[in-house]
Amino acid sequence: MTVIVGPKTKPPEAIKDASMARQKQMVNAHYDRLASAKERGEKVAATFVPGNLNELLMCFDMVNNLPEVNAIQNGLRRQSGGYVMEAEKLGHSEDVCTYVKSDIGMMAKGNIGPNGKPLPDPDVLLLSYTGCFTFMKWFELLRRQYKCETIMFQTPYLADGRITTDMISYMVKQLRQDVIPKLERISGVKFDIDRLREYLRKSAKAEDDHVWVLQSAKHKPSPIDAYFGGIYYIGPIFGAFRGTDDAIEYYKFLRAEVEQRIAQGKGPVTPDGNMGQERYRLVVEGPPNYTNFRQFWKMFYDEGAVVVASSYTKVGGTYDYGFRHDPDRPLESLAEYCLNVYTNRNLPMRVDMLENYINEYQADGLLINSIKSCNSFSAGQLLMMREVEKRTGKPAAFIETDLVDPRYFSAANVKNRLESYFQMIEQKRAGFRGAA
Amino acid sequence: MRTFVGIDLGSTTTKAVLMDENKEVIGRGITNSRSNYATAARVASEEARIDARFTLFRRALHVGEAGHEHSAEFLAALERNFRLIQFLEQLDDLEETCHRQLEADRFKSIAGPLQEALHIIFARLRQEAASLYAPGAKRKSDFFRDIAGSRFHVHAEAVAREMGIALDMVLNAYDKSIIEVENRPPGGDLSDKFRRAVARMLAADSHAADGEGDFAAMIESALGIELEETYLVGTGYGRVTLPFSKEHIRSEILCHGLGAHMMYPGTRTVLDIGGQDTKGIQIDGHGIVENFQMNDRCAAGCGRYLGYIADEMNMGLHELGPLAMQSNRPARINSTCTVFAGAELRDRLSLGEKREDILAGLHRAIILRAISIISRSGGVTDQFTFTGGVAKNEAAVRELRKLIQENYGEVTININPDSIYTGALGASEFARRAVAA
Ligand code: SF4
Repeated sequence: MTVIVGPKTKPPEAIKDASMARQKQMVNAHYDRLASAKERGEKVAATFVPGNLNELLMCFDMVNNLPEVNAIQNGLRRQSGGYVMEAEKLGHSEDVCTYVKSDIGMMAKGNIGPNGKPLPDPDVLLLSYTGCFTFMKWFELLRRQYKCETIMFQTPYLADGRITTDMISYMVKQLRQDVIPKLERISGVKFDIDRLREYLRKSAKAEDDHVWVLQSAKHKPSPIDAYFGGIYYIGPIFGAFRGTDDAIEYYKFLRAEVEQRIAQGKGPVTPDGNMGQERYRLVVEGPPNYTNFRQFWKMFYDEGAVVVASSYTKVGGTYDYGFRHDPDRPLESLAEYCLNVYTNRNLPMRVDMLENYINEYQADGLLINSIKSCNSFSAGQLLMMREVEKRTGKPAAFIETDLVDPRYFSAANVKNRLESYFQMIEQKRAGFRGAA
Repeated sequence: MRTFVGIDLGSTTTKAVLMDENKEVIGRGITNSRSNYATAARVASEEARIDARFTLFRRALHVGEAGHEHSAEFLAALERNFRLIQFLEQLDDLEETCHRQLEADRFKSIAGPLQEALHIIFARLRQEAASLYAPGAKRKSDFFRDIAGSRFHVHAEAVAREMGIALDMVLNAYDKSIIEVENRPPGGDLSDKFRRAVARMLAADSHAADGEGDFAAMIESALGIELEETYLVGTGYGRVTLPFSKEHIRSEILCHGLGAHMMYPGTRTVLDIGGQDTKGIQIDGHGIVENFQMNDRCAAGCGRYLGYIADEMNMGLHELGPLAMQSNRPARINSTCTVFAGAELRDRLSLGEKREDILAGLHRAIILRAISIISRSGGVTDQFTFTGGVAKNEAAVRELRKLIQENYGEVTININPDSIYTGALGASEFARRAVAA
């Protein structure tokens, strides 16, 4: 038999541990459920990751559809480039958030979801506004397209760096007088606060294990990568699974897996297998690049760099500072949850957080991945970097990529900066040793 | 003698520096980068080894010391003869290669006349070679490709006319060969070449060796010093394509930082404008990089930008700076985008603006972009060092001085005549430290 080897052989399958496989299964199951929601008479709510009210939506038997996650999935599957171009054809500028353009482009091309099946039109757009203005514009565009109702849930920005009782009561009032009644009307389901309590109880349980996993990176070597691997870990809790038994199971399972890695003294799993020796421990700020995700990740693990903490894994909630959904204060805790997400925090809070991470996780320094098309994250990043550098005395570096626009990933440029940064850390260590 | 080698594989040129154990640079070599970085690295380090020999000769002959006035002349003559020998060797190689090309089908029909034409052309090239390396002779470039190329064209034109054959066929044989020759690092034993150079020189001028001692013997003893390559570090864009293992590679950001520190220990901020990128680097008192910023994926405002402009204006790259210097009313060009700059340039030319004013404006635009990168990296602290190819461009330097002064006040600005070697210098120091540690 003749075997014809094409000029482009497929890259070897990425190595996944059991939890990653499971996570993937969950995501796929969710997309299948979403695609067939209308057949089962379920209503669909489009909503954003930061500050999403999944437990509340479940009270109305609604399925949630997260446009950012769709964009990410399309980025990972190398579909987003075409979608972004499509949106640009429709007149959206090169500078617009590429999540938005990927989403718009996907709609223009028939709204085929990442699983190859058409996504249903939303019945409601639930906008929990947490720090990014783009959200509003994005849903304005979607509203025009779907002509469905939009609910605006306003989260006050933590400009002063703290949550006040006024903020919470303002938000609870919105929930009572606006959000819940509208969701009742749209779904035809009566709101039952005990049902919400039950979901919140489940959320908190999963959140405990989730935090445990993220904090396991304090071990040396770190058993997880809290940025690249972290993307997988946040999927269920930031997506459609918070409040479900599935999420509890997943995080229990994940935790056991990580416990085992610690026991065996292992580092993180990478797409190429177990990571080699841990040489650099980093804190990363800013979203990753999804179109070249694996290549990007490889630039780290090839050098023995592991991310021990990242702000990105807090965009859907900052649980590691103690917040848990609370069944005893259901509406209040939904409000607190939204107030706490990373994008809703002011710059000094973000700086404190990064400084903390560097100290607590014994990191070698801070790396910022500045996203060209995300103004929400990028504003103030250089300033944050300087401040963290000053406070910790640890070196920091800056790279620039994009979320899901493959045209804005220059591998040579990124690699050059990363290598320089790793060597900078090395040099600093040698310098200190020399001085000692 | 233990030596340490640093090689900087830039996008346009490849540089090598040879350092001794006392941290003294004993040799520098440069060549144009090619698609084949491995060859470029070999050629550049060979050049550095040759240069190192001359350093050793200089030491042996006590050049520069009082009472040894004659030895400087001797050394200069030796260098000219050595370069001539090198040139002639490569010329032989080129001729052979050209002849081999004629075996191709394309040349079959006129192989005979072509062969003859090549014989004549190369005879003429060889005949005039000595004058190219005569005392006081000016060469536009030291790269074989440039020297041989321009002379070949001149003679080919004449010969084709005389013989009544198609010029493009002759040139074709050359074009096909030059890359091959260029990619073949000069072979042969170096010491032997030096000896031949001495012999050739003495044959031509037996008085050359009269003077402060037995020059030939001194050269001979200097040749006896073994240059042991103890450790090598590579840097620059081409570094990853080389068969260096990881320990032998350092990023150019670190190398530029360290190299600048070695040239000017007081320097805290370094700007490097290379062919493909612009970097603002902050270093501490030990030359350790504290922070850096560089251009993103877009290379507008880097060295290549000047190349585009030169093409656009139909000028040589090195003519841009001097022309821009003639301007005292720089045009305000706001775009550092290469494509836009081209359009803006044509626009303004058609409006009758002066070329020098437009060029001065373009230089300013580049420097403005560099200033933004520097400020993002933490601004300018005394002393400031400017490295990279663009540091040779006086118009760029003028704008830089102005803008630094406006933005940061009085700071010392260092520009080293050997600034092109900054990255290689840093790399060689990394090599030295790797062994010393
Ligand atoms: S936070 Fe950034 S990525 Fe997210 S929607 Fe806003 S602009 Fe886009």
